[in-house]
Amino acid sequence: MRSRDRFNLGKRALIGLPWLWMAVFFLLPFLFILKLSLSEAALMQPPYLPFIREVSDGMVTMVVNFGNYLLLLEDPLYLNALLNSIEIAAWSTLLTLLVGYPMAYAIAKAPHNWRLPLLMLIILPFWTSFLIRVYAWIGILKNNGLLNNLLIYLGIIDQPLEILYTPTAVYIGIVYSYLPFVILPLYATLIRLDDTLLEAAADLGCPPWKQFLTVTLPLSIPGVIAGTMLVFIPVMGEFVIPDLLGGPNVLMIGKLMWTEFFSNKDWPVASALAAVLLLVLIVPFVLWQHFESRNRESLG
Amino acid sequence: MTLQETPIVQLQQVTKTYGDLYAVDDVSLDIYPGEFFSLLGASGCGKTTLLRMLAGFETPTSGKIFLGGEDVTDLPPYERPLNMMFQSYALFPHLNVADNIAFGLRQERMPKAERDQRVQEMLQLVQIEKLGKRKPHQLSGGQRQRVALARALAKHPKLLLLDEPLGALDKKLREQTQFELVNLQERLGITFIVVTHDQEEAMTMSSRIALMREGRVVQVDAPRRLYEYPNSRYCADFIGSINLFDAEVVKQEDNLVTLKSPDCDQLLQVYHSQPLLEGMTATVAVRPEKVQITENCQPQRSNQLRGVIKEIAYLGDVSVYHVDLPSGKRIQFTQSNVQALAQQPLDWEEEVCLHWQADACNLLLE
Amino acid sequence: MSLGVKKSRIALFSLLAFGYAFLYGPIVSLMIYSFNESRLVTVWGGWSTKWYGELMHNQQILDAAWLSLKIAAISASFAVVFATLAAMALVRYKRFRGRGSLLLMLTAPLVMPEVILGLSLLLLFVAMSEWLGWPAGRGQTTIIIAHMTFAIAYVTVVVRSRLAHFDFSLEEAAMDLGAKPVKAFFTITLPLISPALIAGWLLAFTLSLDDLVVASFVSGPGSTTLPMVVYSSVRLGVSPQINALATIIVTLVSLAVAIAGYVFYRQEKQRLKSLQ
Repeated sequence: MRSRDRFNLGKRALIGLPWLWMAVFFLLPFLFILKLSLSEAALMQPPYLPFIREVSDGMVTMVVNFGNYLLLLEDPLYLNALLNSIEIAAWSTLLTLLVGYPMAYAIAKAPHNWRLPLLMLIILPFWTSFLIRVYAWIGILKNNGLLNNLLIYLGIIDQPLEILYTPTAVYIGIVYSYLPFVILPLYATLIRLDDTLLEAAADLGCPPWKQFLTVTLPLSIPGVIAGTMLVFIPVMGEFVIPDLLGGPNVLMIGKLMWTEFFSNKDWPVASALAAVLLLVLIVPFVLWQHFESRNRESLG
Repeated sequence: MTLQETPIVQLQQVTKTYGDLYAVDDVSLDIYPGEFFSLLGASGCGKTTLLRMLAGFETPTSGKIFLGGEDVTDLPPYERPLNMMFQSYALFPHLNVADNIAFGLRQERMPKAERDQRVQEMLQLVQIEKLGKRKPHQLSGGQRQRVALARALAKHPKLLLLDEPLGALDKKLREQTQFELVNLQERLGITFIVVTHDQEEAMTMSSRIALMREGRVVQVDAPRRLYEYPNSRYCADFIGSINLFDAEVVKQEDNLVTLKSPDCDQLLQVYHSQPLLEGMTATVAVRPEKVQITENCQPQRSNQLRGVIKEIAYLGDVSVYHVDLPSGKRIQFTQSNVQALAQQPLDWEEEVCLHWQADACNLLLE
Repeated sequence: MSLGVKKSRIALFSLLAFGYAFLYGPIVSLMIYSFNESRLVTVWGGWSTKWYGELMHNQQILDAAWLSLKIAAISASFAVVFATLAAMALVRYKRFRGRGSLLLMLTAPLVMPEVILGLSLLLLFVAMSEWLGWPAGRGQTTIIIAHMTFAIAYVTVVVRSRLAHFDFSLEEAAMDLGAKPVKAFFTITLPLISPALIAGWLLAFTLSLDDLVVASFVSGPGSTTLPMVVYSSVRLGVSPQINALATIIVTLVSLAVAIAGYVFYRQEKQRLKSLQ
C-alpha cells in the first residue's frame, strides 16, 4: 500500500467510526420505534407480536396495526398530555429566559476577571446530580417543608401553601434545572457584542434603556433562540421533574410514556407516543438548525 | 552564479484545482542546487499552494513533482527529504526551544548524544544559545523566527521551503534579517525556496524569482533582469513603478524599433531583437528613474515628452514628480536628492521637457 | 461614573446574587439536613453524622454506586475517543460526504428527550439480540453503549470548540519533520488539547453517573445503577440517607470541577500568552 493511500485510510476511519456509531445507535433505533408502534401488544416477553407472522402451513403475512395511533386519537388522555406538555414547555421556556437573560447580561457586564468564576458557578450545579437537585425541592416545597415553615415563621402566611404536586412546582423545577442551558448561549452572544456599538448608539443620542432595546437585544437573538431550543425540546419529553414535583396532578407526555412502558407494559403504545413526540419535536429542531446554519453563514 | 547539472526540484505541468478554481495552473519549473529561489505574487496567486505541494501537504490534481530526480508526487510530507519553515512558525507550544529543534531528529531516532550536539550547533547557528530551555511563548517575535529556522535546518535538509519567513516581523527587523538569511543560505549551501508577497524582499534575497499570477508563472528570472526586462505589463507593473505607452510599430532597423504613440508628439525608439511587423501594437515601458529632465525640447528627438508638473512627492532619498502630458496621460519621473535642502529647481505647474535613452526602455508585446 | 449607571449596576448584581441563591439554596439545604439527627425535615434534631454511617452500611446503595462509577468511567473513556475522532473530522475536513448527517446525529442527542433515547435503544437491543444473538441480555454493556451514544454528542461540542482555534500547521510541521500522522497526533495535538479532553471526560462521566431515564430503559435484572436506587427511594419522600449521599456527591464533584477548572484556567492563560 502506498503511504498516500494509508493517509486517506486514516481520514476515512476518522470520519467513518463516529458516523457509524451514531448511525447504528442513534438513528437506526428510531426505525424500531416506528416499527413497534405499528405492532400489537401481547402478554409475553417481549410484550408485542412480530410484524411478520406465520398464519398457517408456512403462510406468511405481514400485519400492520394502526390501532395504537387510533387509541392515541380516541382517548383524550393522550391528546391532553401532549397539549399540556407543549403548554408547560412553552411557559417554562419563557420563564427560564426571563430569569436567565438578566443573569447572563450581568455576568457579561461584570469586571473581566470575575466572569470566568461567575460562569463556573453557573455550570457547577449542572455537574452535580440532576436527580438529587430536583429531589432537593421536595424538602423545600412540601406542605411542612422549608419554604412554608419559613413563611409561617415570618408571619407572612398562617396556613401552609400547597405548592408541591402542582404545576407551580414543575415550573420551579424546570427553571431551576435548565437555567444553565439558557445562560451559557446568551452569555456567548452577549460577550461578543462590541461595546463600541453601544457607544455609537449613545453618541447618536440613545438613552441606555433604548440602547438595550435597539442594539443589545436584537443582536442577542441567536443566543435567545439557542437557549429556547435547549430548554423547549428536552422539556417536552421531561420525566423526572413532573414525576417528582408534579405528582399525579401534572400530566406530561414523557411521564405518560414511562407509565405505559413500565407500569402497563404496553410497549407498542409507548412507541406510538414516542413517535408522536418525535414528530412534534422535528419542527422546532429543523427550524433551529436552519437558523443556526444561516447565522453561521452571516458571520462568515 | 552558475546553474549546475541536474535540477534539485522539477515541476512538470503541475496543476491544482479546487472545484472550478485553478489555484495552480500548469506550472513547470526547474530549480537548481544552491539557488535562493522566490515565488513572488499577490495574495491568492497560488504561490503558497505550490509550496504546500512541494512539502507534500497538498497533492497536485495533475502533473509531477521531482526532488533530486525522484518522483515524489505521491509521497506524504513525512517521507520527503526537505523541511519547511511555516509562516506562523508553528512552534510546538508545549515543548521548549531545544525540544522543538530536536523534534525532527527524534523522528529519525538519532542517538541522544549526537542529537544534543546537533541542537547546540543549531542554537549557535541562529545565535540563540541561551534560549534552549525557554518555551515559545517566552520568546520575542524575532527569536521565534530563529527557532523556527533552526528547527527546519536541524535535519540538514538539502532543500528548505520558507513560507513568508519575514512576514511576522516589523520593518526594521525584517530588513536586517533578510541579509542574515542570505548569508546563512550561502554558508550552508542549501537550496531555499521562499514564498513572499513583498517584491522588495524577493529582490533583495533571491538569485531567481518566479513571478506568479492567477495560478500561472508569468516570468522566471534573476531580480535584475526581472526589473530591467519585464516580459509583460503585469510583471512591469508588479515590480517597481513604470510608465507605459501604447504604441504602433512604424519600422524596425536592425534591433532599433521606431514606434508612434498617441501620447507623444515625437516618435519612440527602443531596442528589440525579435522581428516585428509594421503596424502591430506594442507597449513601450520606461522606469521613472530612467527619465531625465532636459533644458529645452529639441525639434527632432525621439523619446521626448513635454508636460506640466502636477504633483511632487518628497521621499527623502528621491523626489517623485507626476507630469500631465498634453494628451491627458499622467506619467512619473524621479530625481535623486543629492544635496541636502538643495534649491528646489522644479515647481508645481512648471512646464518641463523629458527625455530618455533608447536603451533605457523596453518593449512589451502582449 | 454617573449615579444612574451605578444604580443599574447595583440592581444587576443584586439580581445576580438572587440567581445564585436560587441555584445553590436547594443544594445547601440538602447538605445541612444531611447532618440532621431527626428523620423529619421539619424538625431540627441537632447535628449528627448517623445518616452517613447508615449509608456506609447500605449494601444496595454501595453496589449501585460501584456499578454506576464503573459504567461512567468506561462509557466516558470510549465517548472521549469517538468524540475526538468526530471533532477532528468536523474541524479538519470542511467538505466530505456525510458531514451534514454526522453533524445532525451529533446535535440531536443534545436536545433529544431521554424517554425517546431510552426506549429506542431498548428496542434496538431487543432486535439485535433476536437477530445477532448479541447483546445476550441487558445490563452493564447495554447501559454503557447507551451512555456513550449521548455522551459522544456532548463531548464532541467540548473538543470541537477547542480544535476550532487549534493551529493545524503544528501537525503539519510535525509531519514535515518526519512524524507520521498518528505520531504527529499523539506527540503534538493530543497534549495540546488534553485539557479539553479531560473536561469532556468529566462531562461524560457526570452525565452517565446522573442518568436515570435511559438507564432504566436499557438495564436488565441485576444491574441497578445509583440513580435508579435514589429514584426509587425518593419517590417515597424525603430520605436522610439520600441527603447524605447527595452531600458526598456534591462535595466530590465540586472538588473535581474546581481542580479541573483551575488546571484548565491556567493552561488557557498560558495558551493566550503564547498567542501574543
